[in-house]
Amino acid sequence: MAIVERRIIYRNIDQPWYTTDIACYQRYGGYEVLRKSFQRKPEELVQEVKDSGLKGRGGAGFPTGMKWSFLDYKSGKPIYLICNADESEPGTYKDRQIIYKDPHQLIEGVVLSAYAIKAKLAFIYIRGEMFGGARILEQAIEEARAQHFVGDNILGSGYSVDIIVHRGAGCYICGEETGLIESLEGKRAYPRIKPPYFPAVLGLYNCPTIVNNVETLCQVKHILDMGGKEFAKIGVPGDSGTHIWGISGHVVRPGYYEIESGKGTVRDLIYEFGGGPPPGRSFKAIIPGGVSMKILRVGEKFKVKLPDGSPGEWGVLDIPLDSGSFAQCGTSLGTSGMIMMDDTTDMVEALANLNAFYAHESCGQCTPCREGSLWLKKITTRVCNGGGRMEDIDLVKNIADQIAGRTICAHGEAAAWPCQSNVPKFRDEWEEKIRAQMQAREHADGQPAARKGIRLV
Amino acid sequence: MPAPTSVTINVDGRDLQVPAGMNLIDALEHHGIEIPHYCYHPKLTVAGNCRMCLVETGMPMKDRATNQFIIEPDGRMKIGWGPKPAVACTTNCTTGLHVRTGSPLVKDCQQGVMEFLLVNHPLDCPICDQAGECKLQEFATDYGRGYSRFVEEKNVKPKRTRLGPRVTLDDERCILCSRCVRFCSEVAKDDVLGFIDRGSYSTLTCYPGRELDNNYSLNTVDICPVGALTSTDFRFKMRVWFLKSIPSICTESSVGANTEVWSREGKIYRITPRENNAVNDCWMADSGRELYKSVESPSRIDFFAVDNGKCIADKALNRATELLQAGGVGYIGSAQSSVEEQFLLWQLVKAEPGPVSLISHTRKGDGLLISNDATPNLRGAFLTSLLRELPKADINDLREKVNTGVIKTLFVVHEDLSALGFSEDLLRRVQIIYLGTHANATSNHAQVVLPGLTVFEKTGSFVNQQWRAQRFFQAVPGPAGTAPDIQLLSQLVARVKKVTASTAVSPASLWTELAATVPALAGWTWESLGSSGRVLDASAWAHISFSEGKSLHFDPAAITSVATG
Repeated sequence: MAIVERRIIYRNIDQPWYTTDIACYQRYGGYEVLRKSFQRKPEELVQEVKDSGLKGRGGAGFPTGMKWSFLDYKSGKPIYLICNADESEPGTYKDRQIIYKDPHQLIEGVVLSAYAIKAKLAFIYIRGEMFGGARILEQAIEEARAQHFVGDNILGSGYSVDIIVHRGAGCYICGEETGLIESLEGKRAYPRIKPPYFPAVLGLYNCPTIVNNVETLCQVKHILDMGGKEFAKIGVPGDSGTHIWGISGHVVRPGYYEIESGKGTVRDLIYEFGGGPPPGRSFKAIIPGGVSMKILRVGEKFKVKLPDGSPGEWGVLDIPLDSGSFAQCGTSLGTSGMIMMDDTTDMVEALANLNAFYAHESCGQCTPCREGSLWLKKITTRVCNGGGRMEDIDLVKNIADQIAGRTICAHGEAAAWPCQSNVPKFRDEWEEKIRAQMQAREHADGQPAARKGIRLV
Repeated sequence: MPAPTSVTINVDGRDLQVPAGMNLIDALEHHGIEIPHYCYHPKLTVAGNCRMCLVETGMPMKDRATNQFIIEPDGRMKIGWGPKPAVACTTNCTTGLHVRTGSPLVKDCQQGVMEFLLVNHPLDCPICDQAGECKLQEFATDYGRGYSRFVEEKNVKPKRTRLGPRVTLDDERCILCSRCVRFCSEVAKDDVLGFIDRGSYSTLTCYPGRELDNNYSLNTVDICPVGALTSTDFRFKMRVWFLKSIPSICTESSVGANTEVWSREGKIYRITPRENNAVNDCWMADSGRELYKSVESPSRIDFFAVDNGKCIADKALNRATELLQAGGVGYIGSAQSSVEEQFLLWQLVKAEPGPVSLISHTRKGDGLLISNDATPNLRGAFLTSLLRELPKADINDLREKVNTGVIKTLFVVHEDLSALGFSEDLLRRVQIIYLGTHANATSNHAQVVLPGLTVFEKTGSFVNQQWRAQRFFQAVPGPAGTAPDIQLLSQLVARVKKVTASTAVSPASLWTELAATVPALAGWTWESLGSSGRVLDASAWAHISFSEGKSLHFDPAAITSVATG
C-alpha cells in the first residue's frame, strides 16, 4: 500500500520559501481563518470542534470538544487558556517544529480557541530549554498584536485576549497539566489532586482553565477553516485529522511525517518513510509514541476487531496508524513519537535508560512514583552492571504494578508501563542476560552466585 | 451551625450513617474503622500524597436510558466500582458511596505503599526519638508485608539539619508528607518550609535566609508522622515508652491550651499539646513547652521559713496565723493560682478581712494561642469573688497604705513586690507572708515563706478566656520540702478560724463547696468538668472588658453577645 503524506499542520514547515514572519504567514492565507471565525459566535466554534471529533495531541488523546464543554461558566470566574508547549517526552519533537518554524499558526490557533471558550487570557507555557522558541513566539505575538490579531479589541470584534509566553524551568512534570498550572502560578510543579482540581473547574488561580497541546490548538485552526464535519472526514472514524509521526532510533531516515489518521500501517511508516532498519539489521521492538507508551515486540500477534467488525489478527507492523488500532493492541500512539529498536538493542539496557529518566523526573510528591521509580532504576542499573538476579525480573514487573494507577498524576503510569510491557515481552532476554551474569560470577570465584549476594555493582 | 444531615454509606458490606460531605477517613474513624494515612491531618488541607489511604470506591449504577438504579438479580443495587483505587482523604461521604477497605486490591496498595516508604528509610528505630509513637512502625506492622525485597543501596541524606532554634531535621527519615509545610503555611501563617530537589532526593528545607523560628515550630514535630522532625530539646533524651503522660493546662496565657505533660520517675521531659477542638485544636506555642524547666530551677523554694530561717511547716503556719490575726492585713492574690486556691484565699480573706489586689499581667498576644493576658486564671478570681473589677498593672494605693502604716502585713501569692515599686525600705517596713514556688526579692524579705507547687505538681482547675473551666492534674511530685498550696491555705483558714483543719481537702471537695456558694457553678462537680472543660455562664461579668482580643476559637465580641443575649 502506497502511503502519502497529507500535510495540514506542517503544510508550510520546512518549505524553502517559508519564514516565521507574519508577512510570510499571511501570504499563505495566515489569519484568514481568524477573520472568518470572528464573524461567528463562540458557541458555534465550540460546536465545530465537537463535530470534528478531534482528539488531543498531547498524548492522552482526550476529545478536545468534550474537554471544552466541561468548562465551568456558572462560576463567573475568568476563563484561562493555556497552550502546553512543554514538549519534553523523549522521542517527541512535533510541537517544536511548529514553534520554531510556523509560530503564527500556533498564535492563530490560540486566539481562535481563546475566542471560542471566551478566555480572558491565554498563556503559552513553553519548555525552558526552548529559549529560542520562546523568543520566536514573543516576536510573533508582537507582530500579531501590531495587526490586531492579538491584544485589545481583536479586529474590531470587541473581544480582547493577550498571550503570555512563560518559560518553564526545565522539568518534565511541568508538562502534566496540573503541574503546569502550579508552575505557572509560581509554585513547585506538583500535580494537583483530581478530584477536586479538574482544570476546567479549578485550574489556574482556581479559575476554569483549558490546557491544550500545541498541535491540538493548530488543528483547531484547520477545523474552523474547513468546518468540523468536513474535518471529521479526514482520517478514520474515532480519530479524525492527521498525526505527525516522529520516527527516531534505529531507522535509516529518522524524521517527522504528517499522515492522515489510519491511512497506512506501521510497516508503511517505518519502511516507506523511515527507510527501514539500518543495513543488515532487523527491527526488534517499537515504542509507538513517547517512551512511556507500552512497547511492542516485532513478531507479536494481536487478536483484533477489524473496522468492518470481523475478527482479525495483526502483527506489529500491520497496525493501522490511528489511536483506536493501537489501543486494540494494548498500547497507545500517545504523542506519535515512534522509537524504533533493531536487533542490536539490549532490551534490559533500553529499560534501564527509561527507568533512569523517570526516576530523575519524578517530582517526588506521591510515594509510589517517587520511591518506585528510583527503585526500578536501581534494579535495572544493577542488572546492566552484571549484578542481576533471577528474581529481579518479577520484582521489576511487580514494582511497576504497585505504581500504576495509584499515583496523583499519570507520571506513575508513564514510569510503570515501560516495565510492565518490556519485562513480560522480553523475558527470554532478561533470563538469558541474568543467567550469563550468574555464570560469570560463579566462574569469578568458584562460589554459587546465590551465595554471593548482589554486591557486584 | 445547623446539624449536618447524615447519609448512608456502605463500607465492606455494612451500612453506616455518617455526616454528609464528611471526609471518609474521619467518618470511618467515628465508626472505629481505621484507614491508615500519613499526609492527611484533620486540621490541615488535604494533600493526598502519601497514598496510604487508598481504598476502592463505587457508586450505584444508573441505567442511562431510564435513569433508574440498576438492580442485581439478588435485589442489591449494582455498584460501579472505580477503575482505580481512590484516596480516602479526598473522598467525601455522599449518599450511596460504597467503599472497600480490606479487599485484595486495597491490601496490595497498602503493602505496596508501605514497602515504598521503607525502601529509602534508614530503619534506625533503635536510636530514633519517634520509635514507640511512629506511624511508620505501626502501619508497617499492621499493613505491611513484613519483609523487604529491597537489596539496593539506600539514599543517603543529612541526619541533623538545623531547621530552626528548636527543630532538628533527620532528612533520611522524612516521608515527604508535607504536613509540616502545610502547618507552617496554614496555621502558623509563616510559610517558611518547602521542598527542594526532585523525586526520592527531595529534601525539606527553609526558605533561603529564613529559619523555622516561629513560636509554633514544635507543632511540626508533633504532627510529623515519622522521626524526621525532632525537638532539639527532647532529642535523644528519653524513650517515649518510658514516659507517662498526664493531662494539663498551659499557664502561659488565658487561652488555656490543653497539654500533656510527659514524665518519668518524677522528671518532666516534654510538654505536648492535647487536642481540644474548642480551645487549641492540636496545637500549642513553643514557649509553653519550656515552662516545665522552672520545676528544677535553682531558685525553687523547697523549704518553710520563718524570719529567713528554715523551719518545719507547723512553725511557719503558726507564725503566719499570728501575723494574720494581728490585723492590718492586705492580700495580693494571683491569677496563676488555681480556682481552688483562689477560693481558699477568699475564705482566708473572709476570716481575716483586708484589701485584696491582683496584679494585671498583659502583653501583646499573637492572635492564635497566646492571648493578651499572660495569666491562666484571671477569670477564676472573679468566679471566687477575689476580684470584682479588673486588676491594674500597679498597686500604688496598696503601697500607700503600707507607707502610711494602715497595712502592717501583706499576704503575697507568687508576685514580686519589688517589681511593683516596693523599695527595699518599704519591703522592710511591712511583714510579708509569701506563698510561692520561686524565690524573689519579696520572698527574701518575707517573715514567713510557704513553699507551694507548680502547675505540674498539683491538681486543680483554671478558667480560661472563654470562661471554660478546665482541669489539670499532677504530673510529678513536688520537690521534697514543698506542700500543696490548697493544703497550706486550708490549714491557714482553719488556724485563723480556730477550727480543726480538714485533712481531706482536695479539688473535688472544694468544688462541692464552690458549687454551693457560686451561683454560676450551681450543680457542678469536679468530675463534671470532664477532659475538655466546661463553659460557665458568664453573664454576671459581662460588663467587664477583659484585655483579650481575637484568637483561635475565641472572639471577645461573641462571648459578650452570648453573655448579654
